[in-house]
Amino acid sequence: MSTGADALADLADRLTGLVGALRAHGVRIGTGETVDAGRAIEALGLAEREPLREGLAATLLHGTGQRAVFDQVFDLYFPRGTGGPGTGPGDRDELRERLAAALADDDTALLRQLAAEAVNGLGGYGSSPGSDGWSSYQTLDRLRPQTLLARVRADVRARDGSGAEFTDRLLDDEIRRRIEAFRGMVAAEARRRVAERRGRDEIARRAVAPSADRVDFLFAGRDQLTELRRTVQPLARKLATRLAARRRRAARGTIDLRRTLRGSLSTGGVPMRPVLRRRRPVRPELVLLCDVSGSVSGFSDFTMLLVQALHDQFSKVRVFAFVNRIDEVTGLLEHGRADPEGLGARIRAEATLTGWHGSSDYGMALGEFAERYGAAVGPRTTVFVLGDARTNNLDPNVAAVRNLARQARRFYWLNPEQRSLWGTGDSAAPDYAELVEMHECRTARQLSGLIARLLPV
Amino acid sequence: MNKRLDRKPDLFPHTFHEPDQPEAPLFTSVDDVSARLAETGYLASPAVATTVFLADRLGKPLLVEGPAGVGKTELAKAVAEVAGARLVRLQCYEGVDESRALYEWNHAKQLLRISAGRDETWDEARTDIFSEEFLLPRPLLTAIRGDDPKVLLIDETDKADVEVEGLLLEVLSDFQVTVPELGTVTATRRPFVVLTSNASRELSEALRRRCLFLHIGFPDEELERRIVRLKVPGLTEALTESVVRVVGALRAMDLRKVPSVAETIDWARTLLALGADTLDEQVVRDSLGVILKHQDDIQKAAAKLDLDAL
Repeated sequence: MSTGADALADLADRLTGLVGALRAHGVRIGTGETVDAGRAIEALGLAEREPLREGLAATLLHGTGQRAVFDQVFDLYFPRGTGGPGTGPGDRDELRERLAAALADDDTALLRQLAAEAVNGLGGYGSSPGSDGWSSYQTLDRLRPQTLLARVRADVRARDGSGAEFTDRLLDDEIRRRIEAFRGMVAAEARRRVAERRGRDEIARRAVAPSADRVDFLFAGRDQLTELRRTVQPLARKLATRLAARRRRAARGTIDLRRTLRGSLSTGGVPMRPVLRRRRPVRPELVLLCDVSGSVSGFSDFTMLLVQALHDQFSKVRVFAFVNRIDEVTGLLEHGRADPEGLGARIRAEATLTGWHGSSDYGMALGEFAERYGAAVGPRTTVFVLGDARTNNLDPNVAAVRNLARQARRFYWLNPEQRSLWGTGDSAAPDYAELVEMHECRTARQLSGLIARLLPV
Repeated sequence: MNKRLDRKPDLFPHTFHEPDQPEAPLFTSVDDVSARLAETGYLASPAVATTVFLADRLGKPLLVEGPAGVGKTELAKAVAEVAGARLVRLQCYEGVDESRALYEWNHAKQLLRISAGRDETWDEARTDIFSEEFLLPRPLLTAIRGDDPKVLLIDETDKADVEVEGLLLEVLSDFQVTVPELGTVTATRRPFVVLTSNASRELSEALRRRCLFLHIGFPDEELERRIVRLKVPGLTEALTESVVRVVGALRAMDLRKVPSVAETIDWARTLLALGADTLDEQVVRDSLGVILKHQDDIQKAAAKLDLDAL
């Protein structure tokens, strides 16, 4: 009887461990949901794994953004199996052979098994306990699944016919997607094996990739930036709804005390009819100054796309890009022309952003802005500067910023660096922060919060 | 005690019952859900089937999110059909309020009643005009009254204002509604509740906590082929496969509006109407407008699929 009780206790431990790991990744889960998850396990049973995954996701998660993190954590706490695969470490060429066949057939179960064998055979490193482990990077580096594309294509063509069919032009992309999926399987398998060695709580906290909206802009890889770009449109829609709600509330207005009292004189001093303060219809204008140099560019590109997607909320949006010289890029962002993927490259190719040298110079760029485009900033304008304020020890030109801030209705600075780094090295952030409101804006989540709060309505 | 007050207790007889009598669950297993939904013409992915099963077992509302045209509303209709239940639908929109969602007093009828009985006292009249006869139940109240099985569909919850969410909280957590003049109405038989959202607004955390969350994404190729076969039976097998593959490729692209299942079916119907038997450049070029709704998207897709200039 005691083994049954042990198994139950172990299951409860597993569930609370899973919940703890998810909480560590910023998913907010209350005790009530954990209890629901327990009831879901009871209703579904442990016989099958996929219904269990869906059941736990349904009870524990509240949004779509958390699903990627959940899947990785679930694989650690409810693994498909334990230990290595039964077969011994296979030969690399033989493994590639079988992988090509599996990719051609699009056989998911076989691919998963091959991923397990590949990690087992090619991914191990170290020999002493404590320093050994399993590496997905090493596995993929030795196996090189991406080089199988041509072979798989030939296999599929040979089997299905000549390749004259219309849908055959999709084949390359389909195979690439299968290979990408296989890479994901290898990564999951390596994580599972390491977790067996090191304890899953630790691995679940450290080795699971965070969801896209929590990735630091400055350290985001190419894939993560692509994923972020896909969130621009839905995010913009959400922000537009929120702005519209704020605008409605603002339109209701507050009581105009002077005119209410004045009106009450006709009713003997009793304010029968409260008079609301009329708001002047403002037409908010937006000016964006974006540092597009090096690592900051991921942040700038994302913000530019987001603001452009929100353009119908404003009477005018103008976007300027700079490295050490500044140029207007509003035209490059227009709908239809904006191919989000190549945006950064196009801006660098078509706008004059550098002169003399290639590193960023905030003082020079902001000074040039005040000189050439100063008229763009008026009493209705809200200005956002996007950048890390690292000005390579050149003059920060504080005077130009002071003048611009005086001209504008609002002037904000969004800094993608964490606050504790402001002022270190060549950062002029504290100098600017004295003059204008500077906000830390490291992730898409922070950015959407800030935009919802700061944008004028 | 006068005659009218005597009548009052049976206005809402179920009000005085113990709530939450466990009922026979609708489904016996996850596979049972898929099989029975399939009978009504709704092909459910494993995720959908599992979550519907749990919503039934745990007695919790089901919050369904996902892109437009993947069958969120259809799911509620299919569950209602399977359960032999009445579908009660609350369509949310900006400005929907208590009197549209919960209940309303029939003012005109109340006035008629007051002017018809001129000789009675005010107390008598008051007791009478706030009785069930003058109550206009709206979807939320309808769904929790009565003993017949019901499926409550709250459609496009994100379109409603934040205040309405507060209203939903009471209904969804306790399955009860308070009418000040009559008391609290508690459901004797809990409806199966489905909320849908397009995520144009972030629903409040409190509402999400009370629901099971289900994201319906685009189906995988295999499931989508089955859906096309079911909805457009006249299409040849080869063409079905090509259609699903092209749509899959378009979804992988960075488009402003990616084609949904509804568009896949529309496209399949179009191809059937055009009498095409294979997918070739000419056919795709002529019918791309059925699946893509923006000119930029059409251009981008044409470039990707190597179509000649459109």
